Amino acid sequence: MPSPTTEPLIEFDRVDKSFGDLKVLDELSFRVDPGERVTLIGPSGSGKTTILRLLMTLERVTPKADPERDGGVVWLEGEPYSHMEKRGRLVPANEQWLRRRRSRVGMVFQQFNLFPNMKVLRNVTEAQVHVAGRSKEEAEAKALDLLDLVGLAEKTGEYPSRLSGGQQQRVAIARALAMDPDVLLLDEVTSALDPELVADVLAVLRDVAGSTSITMLCVTHEMGFARDVSDRVMMFDGGRIVEQGPPEAMFSEPQEARTQDFLRAVLAE
Amino acid sequence: MQTGWSNATVREIFPAMWDGFLVVLQVTLVAGVIAVVLGLLVAVGERNGPAWLRRPLSGAFQFIRNTPLLVQVLIVWTATSLYVNPDWSAFAVGSAVLGVHYASYTSETYRAGIDAIPKGQWEAATALNLPTRRVWGAVVLPQMARRSAAAVGNWIIAMFKEVPTLFVIGVMEMIAEARAFQGQHYTGAVEGYTIAGLLFLAASYPVAVAMRRLEIRLAKSHY
Repeated sequence: MPSPTTEPLIEFDRVDKSFGDLKVLDELSFRVDPGERVTLIGPSGSGKTTILRLLMTLERVTPKADPERDGGVVWLEGEPYSHMEKRGRLVPANEQWLRRRRSRVGMVFQQFNLFPNMKVLRNVTEAQVHVAGRSKEEAEAKALDLLDLVGLAEKTGEYPSRLSGGQQQRVAIARALAMDPDVLLLDEVTSALDPELVADVLAVLRDVAGSTSITMLCVTHEMGFARDVSDRVMMFDGGRIVEQGPPEAMFSEPQEARTQDFLRAVLAE
Repeated sequence: MQTGWSNATVREIFPAMWDGFLVVLQVTLVAGVIAVVLGLLVAVGERNGPAWLRRPLSGAFQFIRNTPLLVQVLIVWTATSLYVNPDWSAFAVGSAVLGVHYASYTSETYRAGIDAIPKGQWEAATALNLPTRRVWGAVVLPQMARRSAAAVGNWIIAMFKEVPTLFVIGVMEMIAEARAFQGQHYTGAVEGYTIAGLLFLAASYPVAVAMRRLEIRLAKSHY
């Protein structure tokens, strides 16, 4: 259970996640404070993306028999997120509960996932109008501001297929920010981009990190970016945290052999 | 009894054949709306409906797809005449059966169109917390429609060409008109069937060409 005195924005309390026989997260516990920027690093299959997907409710935690005693719950702002209270007990959240709570979280995907049938502007206004209940004018004004922030104000009338990968990803960032989330999840947002397009996307994210107090959880192999924007770096392996700390310490003097090996391999790429 | 081709007979039979052709168009319109709308509801129901609905729905449409249209027309016509309402017109019953029969095909086309939408689209819609109605109406169906439009159009053309099946229950489409004319005048079968064939060709060929163009245009579109 989260401590009532210091209230983290996000708390994983002994969370398990399995896909069939494969255990991806194993009794994982960690907290993220409001406004904190956390970078998740680790080899493929270490559970980093699963953490983001659980936070975005694209996956559900593997339920435990007695969540009050055994944990297995994700908390958001001190309230259950993966679970809901029913007759004084925690039970896995239903869609109605998730729908009420997931608007606090936004996500940018590796493959952008813009809606190809909508022009850029509508991609950014759609949820504002139909989820946040803003007027069309208000939504468009906000979308234009954000598209300006990501350097794409002149592309509002284009379909996503007419944009480069980097531009599409910047629209996706604007789309996620348009909902004013408290938490922004970034899932390998530069992995699908040509190398020359990576810098623009990272520059936008640096801007966002520098100009807002949004909490960010970022899965990336861009160690320079992680060093610049993170307050904390967490190294994962086998669904567990191997080591965590401020980026300077993690990148300069990692304590664990697994972290050293991983960083050596990544930085050699 | 005249056995050869007669232009005089053509002139005589043509008005009846034209009436029959208009009936074919009316049946196609009614059955087409049923096939397009019901097929869509079935495809969405199979994907998104409650578990108790999905299996029977899927089974029923599997049955419809795997039995001949003619058998379905005769079963439904006989059953409705005997047990439901003998006053229901052959036009209404025939159009409904034809529409439901082709809905079983259009639903498969829609289903394939929905399945082809990348998983990331659904995930983005979830991440934005879009309401289910909006996910379907603004994200899934427009993308599915683009993938399915030409194929559904081709099903409608196929259905149009199957309207003569309904002559067995007395729908006065072109074949029924030709047979009625022949019954009265002991001539006109060759002329009547030939006119029917030409009218089918005249109507379906331009639509088939239009469908092909639509397919090419959609393939070149921006999404």
